[in-house]
Amino acid sequence: MSAKPKFAMYWAASCGGCEIAVLNIHEKILDVDANFDVVFWPVAMDAKYKDVAAMPDDSITLTLFNGGIRNDENEEIAHLLRRKSKILVAFGSCACEGCIPGLANFSPVDEIIDTAFHTVTTDKGSEVRLQTRYPAREGEIRLPTLYPTLRTLDQVAKVDYYMPGCPPESHQIAAVIDLVIAALNGKATLPPAGSVIGVGGSTVCDDCPRARNVKTIKAFKRIQDVRLDPTLCLLEQGIPCNGPATRQGCGALCPKAGAQCIGCYGPAEGVLDYGARLISSFASVIDSNTPDEIERILDGIPDPAGQFYRFSLPGSLLRAGKSARAK
Amino acid sequence: MTEKIGVYVCHCGTNIAGTVDVAEVRDWAEKRLKGRGVVVARDYKFMCSSLGQELIEKDIKENELTRVVVAACSPHLHEQTFRTACKRGGLNPYLCELVSIREQVSWVHTDQEAATDKAKAVLSGGVERVQHHEPLEPLRVPIHPATLVVGGGIAGIQTALEIADAGKHVYLVERDPSIGGHMAQFDKTFPTLDCSACILTPKMVSAGTHPNITLLTWSEVEKVDGYVGNFVVTIRKKARCVNTELCTGCGICQEKCPKKVIDEIYEAGLGYRKAVYTPFPQAVPKYPVIDKPNCTYFLKGTCKACEKFCPTSAIDFNQEDELITVEVGNIVLATGYDLFDPRRIPHYGYGRLANVFTSLEFERLTNAAGPTNGSIVLRDGKTTPKAVGIVHCVGSRDRNYNNYCSAICCMQSLKFAHLVKERTGATVYNFYIDMRTAAKAYDEFYQRVLEEGTLFVRGRVAEVTDAARLPSEEGKLIIQVEDTLAGKQRRIPVDMVILSAGLQPRFDAKATAKLFGISCSADSWFIEKHPKLDPVATMTEGVFIAGCCAGPKDIPNSVAQGAAAAARVLAHIDEGEIMLEPVRATVIAEKCSGCRICNNLCPFNAILFHEDRMVSEVNAALCQGCGTCVAACPAGAITGTGFSNEQILSQIEGLLMLNIANGRRPVEIAEAVMA
Repeated sequence: MSAKPKFAMYWAASCGGCEIAVLNIHEKILDVDANFDVVFWPVAMDAKYKDVAAMPDDSITLTLFNGGIRNDENEEIAHLLRRKSKILVAFGSCACEGCIPGLANFSPVDEIIDTAFHTVTTDKGSEVRLQTRYPAREGEIRLPTLYPTLRTLDQVAKVDYYMPGCPPESHQIAAVIDLVIAALNGKATLPPAGSVIGVGGSTVCDDCPRARNVKTIKAFKRIQDVRLDPTLCLLEQGIPCNGPATRQGCGALCPKAGAQCIGCYGPAEGVLDYGARLISSFASVIDSNTPDEIERILDGIPDPAGQFYRFSLPGSLLRAGKSARAK
Repeated sequence: MTEKIGVYVCHCGTNIAGTVDVAEVRDWAEKRLKGRGVVVARDYKFMCSSLGQELIEKDIKENELTRVVVAACSPHLHEQTFRTACKRGGLNPYLCELVSIREQVSWVHTDQEAATDKAKAVLSGGVERVQHHEPLEPLRVPIHPATLVVGGGIAGIQTALEIADAGKHVYLVERDPSIGGHMAQFDKTFPTLDCSACILTPKMVSAGTHPNITLLTWSEVEKVDGYVGNFVVTIRKKARCVNTELCTGCGICQEKCPKKVIDEIYEAGLGYRKAVYTPFPQAVPKYPVIDKPNCTYFLKGTCKACEKFCPTSAIDFNQEDELITVEVGNIVLATGYDLFDPRRIPHYGYGRLANVFTSLEFERLTNAAGPTNGSIVLRDGKTTPKAVGIVHCVGSRDRNYNNYCSAICCMQSLKFAHLVKERTGATVYNFYIDMRTAAKAYDEFYQRVLEEGTLFVRGRVAEVTDAARLPSEEGKLIIQVEDTLAGKQRRIPVDMVILSAGLQPRFDAKATAKLFGISCSADSWFIEKHPKLDPVATMTEGVFIAGCCAGPKDIPNSVAQGAAAAARVLAHIDEGEIMLEPVRATVIAEKCSGCRICNNLCPFNAILFHEDRMVSEVNAALCQGCGTCVAACPAGAITGTGFSNEQILSQIEGLLMLNIANGRRPVEIAEAVMA
């Protein structure tokens, strides 16, 4: 066993994009290897939970935890890694805010399972259902049980740092790894616990090159329905761009490419509820005083949950689904 | 907890104590909020009394309080009182929090136990919130000594004269060619029956000649920038086409002008004026205006009769609108009212039945300077009516039109009854719902009119018609009415009907309110800061209201308000500078990415965008602390002093603290008080 600091990365309810983003730091990954002993990273190397459980507490210097807490396995490992890690980072939107898997909080678990096993996309009418326990010859086989809702990492364990993004941008990951290495060598200090790292201080608009004017919105439009001015602020053109409310960090990739920001970097510093903030902002620039017309303008946002809470539902003040129809 | 908090629970006599167990709230705060920093909790009969305030002052000194929470009435009423008490005790006044357990608790609930619990919750919210208060200093801004008065009716004239007489400069803006307003159209004023013109014109002349008054008639305010003490107002002086430097007001142009135009405004459509005109002989200023849309020269390119005959060559067809800007410290709006249009009530027949008149038309008929030289005649211009019906409450106290009482119509109708009786000897009927004569010498006037033999029918008129059912009704207007005192339907034939039309807000009142940054009620009357205690101020510092623009009023009340507004303005000017609430929004520049969402939301135009740095900024002197931008900022980059996230969220947490009383959860308390 080397004396190098130990590194771990884990995926809970997530898509795996965060792991790709880490690998996407290219040769910088060699620095990780040079400076850290990678002790646990299921997507990259073989490891057993019991090996982690056998490590002394606080023995892992840095753990990047991505994914939300959807089932009992996720929660168990979250607690385990919390115990074993000095620095636990909620890595990526799922761990920070719940992200896309969190949108399932609008539905009860049996409905989610029905959708997965019992719709036109699978075998309609089939009686096949997910079983969490199966008595095999070798003994009972158990699958993790889904919880009624998905929770964020900090709803089950104490988190030291948050690194948002879906996934976090590779250059931000590289910078954070550089910082941690420098801090380990005594050449830098880590930000205060609870900070959001790998981000900028304001919002996506700060990196967006589009020209901005005073905003008055008469209609929300969908990007495929209009010919966009490539130099003008998307929101001013009626495209519901979440950039003004979304934390700086990605370099305004989507708006630069002509697509609206969908908010994966989460709320700006100090904003408690991303969706509520954005709703009041959009409402403020709607240019109408007649209820009917306002209603019509708002109809231009056909999926408000997806627009305002696509990444942040489980972490929001709504905590949607928690009591909604939960049995 | 590092703060030492004093809690004071007011009984407000029985206002609060009648519904809330005040002692219980105090005991609870003392015991249960100890851990939240409460070191002293008291209850007192009237916290706002000097003895109540002294309690606070004494505790600040003796217990070294660092925060004060008073549970009493709404902050609108006594926030200032308790802040001042804190200041006297040596504590920064902004470290005091007033929570309302009267308007928000005792006055709106009946269940004593639940109301007591709710009072505890509200108090708990205040205790949590006050921890995050910061010591603040009021903002001071200098006051420009000049004043803008908008509207040259009696209220505006009074305001202008009071201020000018005190030696301060006034810009009096009027959109018509002359000042005078509605009062200039009346013949007599109730209840004394003195001649309207005789008492008004001296004031008009004073306003016109006063060295401290810049009279801007035929002018309208276009833009208002700035804030209390430092308004910059842009005024459009419409082209008069008359050079006022040269014009002597001789009237030859009006005499020679060949074009007659129906005078819809001053003569209420009953008479003519010329295309170059002064609205009436005593107009102030004396200079006429050319009515471009009706002037033959402007229509056809020839005529110029006025120019040819003008002895001083004062006619200038090429004159153009002029924009001027003035700096003022205060603004008084006295923009008056419009008359309710009785055409909106088709069954009263106005506009369809010739001998149905509006109240303003009748004013012109009785006016010695009016189109009939004061004789009361039918629309044919010669027949004297033998029976006249006067209908009260036309468009007022009517859920189909205006719910409110127009305040002046009863007295106006009595005046009409008297004048008809006096000048024609006709039989006069007054149709009223209730007789409202509640002011000095008003009811005596009513008695007098009763004694003169005017007939009063109590009931709302159903219809005015010319469809006769009986031979005696032929050729007459028949008033169909339920006589609610006699308990029967009546049909009363008359020759003339006068509709005592109600008062309405100006057609453009909402736009005016927006221009000056004040609010309108749902009816469009301007809203005063407090309906009883601050009737001429508005929620916008430095903008005052007087007269009918704030609601229907008679002349004495309008004059009183004009004078009151002037007193408020003079007090401001005399102070030299004004203290502003330090509740302001601030943009945290590092967090602002210049998205510009806030830029056109500010009702006070306080937000400025810096193109170079791509950040928005709030001008603290312009900001009124309304919070619109704070709510709108998507990045949370704008904070409001006194309303920070921390303050609001901790207040919510305080409100929701579990086990507030008897182990009841907030939701149970909420259900109990709602039940």
